[in-house]
Amino acid sequence: MSIGLHKSEFSNPLVRWIDQRLPVFTMMQKEYGTFPTPRNFNYFWNFGALAMVTLMIMIATGIFLSMHYVANTNLAFDSVERIMRDVNSGWLIRYVHMNGASMFFIVVYIHIFRGMYYGSYKAPRELLWMLGVTIFLLMMATAFMGYVLPWGQMSFWGATVITNLFSAFPVVGNFIVELLWGGFSVDNATLNRFFSLHYLLPFVILGVVFLHVAALHITGSNNPLGIEPKGAQDTLPFHPYYTAKDSVGLVVYFIVFAGLVFFAPNYLGHADNYIPANPLVTPPHIVPEWYFLPYYAILRAVPDKLGGVLLMFGSILIWFVLPWLDRSPVRSMRFRPLARPFFLLWAVNFLVLLWVGAKPAEGTYVLIAQISTAYYFAYFLVVLPLLAKFERPLPLPESISRPVLGGGPLSMGAAAKPMEKA
Amino acid sequence: MLRTSFKALALAIGLFAAAPAHSAGEAIPIPDRKFSFDGIFGTYDRASAQRGFQVYKEVCAACHGMRLVAYRNLRELGLTEAQVAAIAAQVEVKDGPNDEGQMFERPGRPADRFRSPFANDAAARAANNGALPPDLSVMTKARAGGADYLFALLTGYVDPPAGVTLMDGMHYNQYYPGHQIAMGAPLNPDQVDYADGTKATVEQMAHDVSTFLQWAAEPELEQRRALGVKIIIFLTILAGLTYAVKRKVWADVEH
Repeated sequence: MSIGLHKSEFSNPLVRWIDQRLPVFTMMQKEYGTFPTPRNFNYFWNFGALAMVTLMIMIATGIFLSMHYVANTNLAFDSVERIMRDVNSGWLIRYVHMNGASMFFIVVYIHIFRGMYYGSYKAPRELLWMLGVTIFLLMMATAFMGYVLPWGQMSFWGATVITNLFSAFPVVGNFIVELLWGGFSVDNATLNRFFSLHYLLPFVILGVVFLHVAALHITGSNNPLGIEPKGAQDTLPFHPYYTAKDSVGLVVYFIVFAGLVFFAPNYLGHADNYIPANPLVTPPHIVPEWYFLPYYAILRAVPDKLGGVLLMFGSILIWFVLPWLDRSPVRSMRFRPLARPFFLLWAVNFLVLLWVGAKPAEGTYVLIAQISTAYYFAYFLVVLPLLAKFERPLPLPESISRPVLGGGPLSMGAAAKPMEKA
Repeated sequence: MLRTSFKALALAIGLFAAAPAHSAGEAIPIPDRKFSFDGIFGTYDRASAQRGFQVYKEVCAACHGMRLVAYRNLRELGLTEAQVAAIAAQVEVKDGPNDEGQMFERPGRPADRFRSPFANDAAARAANNGALPPDLSVMTKARAGGADYLFALLTGYVDPPAGVTLMDGMHYNQYYPGHQIAMGAPLNPDQVDYADGTKATVEQMAHDVSTFLQWAAEPELEQRRALGVKIIIFLTILAGLTYAVKRKVWADVEH
């Protein structure tokens, strides 16, 4: 073996030749082959892989759509319908892309809730978590701009409402809005730059996903018990164990996805978006896509425009500091008798916000939105910090393999060790 | 382990249920009309859709365009090539410029899109008391309730209830949001002469034209559902196989 070449363990001469010069095969073997993975994952750990696959599907279908889509206010609506009618399998590509956005958000929401439930954001995975929140923000921007492209009524009015939010910021507000619009109203320039950015951002997401996975492979995965693997008896090689398990989840996921695409492709959409955009006719109720409804509810819960905008952005930005708001050393909610119900209530509360976001902002709905918004933030700012001080966690198992292999939790004395405050 | 997976699935389904097909505006309940394309395996009733095209051509097309549908698409409803060519040839289409730089009129061809009745929106408004008759190409997708709503609207003209005064030139409709609609009751008994002998009641014509417009909005529906059934069957079998593989791989591991 010559100096300067990577030590390759592959025997196939071609693979070996490449691997010695560019060790991608070694890397894949290390990161996806033998990668030691906690043996006790449940099916919630499928959702990262599902999100990755969905991103690929979105990029692939999006590339084909952009070959036929025309980013011009006079032609955009008709060009989408032309894809539906005249492009070979165009209806399939477009419905997969359209519903893929919804599926992406479902998968990522479950992925995020899983991280919150099992404490995957805690040390040493803070940066991993923050990269995830960054991906989610990029996804929101991408989805929002993608929804504008068909140039229907909700595209136009959704874009108008959301871009106008930035005008609430003092001093720079109007500058930002005009920058987004490329003029003085949502118009052709807006559509063009949104199309450009909608094509760009998924590749930015891909870059951050790479960092997310790279960080994951430094710290290793969390697991349902929230305790670190203590040795080889606690882990399994990623392949074949988790490739097999992820495949099951992936196929089941595709069944749900296909059900939506083939039998209810417009169920999650809004009928008004099949009416071409008309700046002179405002729809009776402007509602964003379902995945934005919780934040829309928070926005409308506050009577003050700037306050509402700040709370709306704050509702996601607060996830960035979650690792420092929740100082409890116990990760998994399985061992946190108080945090568990508070978190489950928070998750239900999120669904309440989603529901109330679709309702008109009047009467009881406003009150419900306000109470839900208050709990949304109280969970992060009051409940978690207090619980870290006052909650008595249940005894943790000694190791991942111990409960699996039949042993129960150790006595209090031994189990207290991992709970010691840092 | 399996229980957890069911929980995950239940959560996913729960998210679906929580995500409403939110409707804009106050909701007037739309009665459910039975159509041939209802349900997962429904298909288009070709005879009804052809009659519906006749209703569109002879009644609706006076005011409403369908600019996204081409005459050639009518082949999908079972019309022959000659029939489609004859239908297309009935309209004059503006084309050009020719060698002399002049625009000219020529008979329509199957490749042409349906000719709209008005040159532009302003002309349409001018001819209709200021109201704009919407293009019907994707109408069933553009209204909550779809074909059910169209049928309800077309058969929903009644006398205004006591105490309701209509604005000038408006008509009362049970199912139109706000109840005041600029379009007068478009269908009257025996307005069209069905070639197949079907009696042209208002209900029959409304049903037929709703079927036709549903086809126009979603021409891919039958192909989509047929492919969907195949794919779901394939994926279900694949899920079973994948699960069996997973069980076998994990058989030597206690977990």
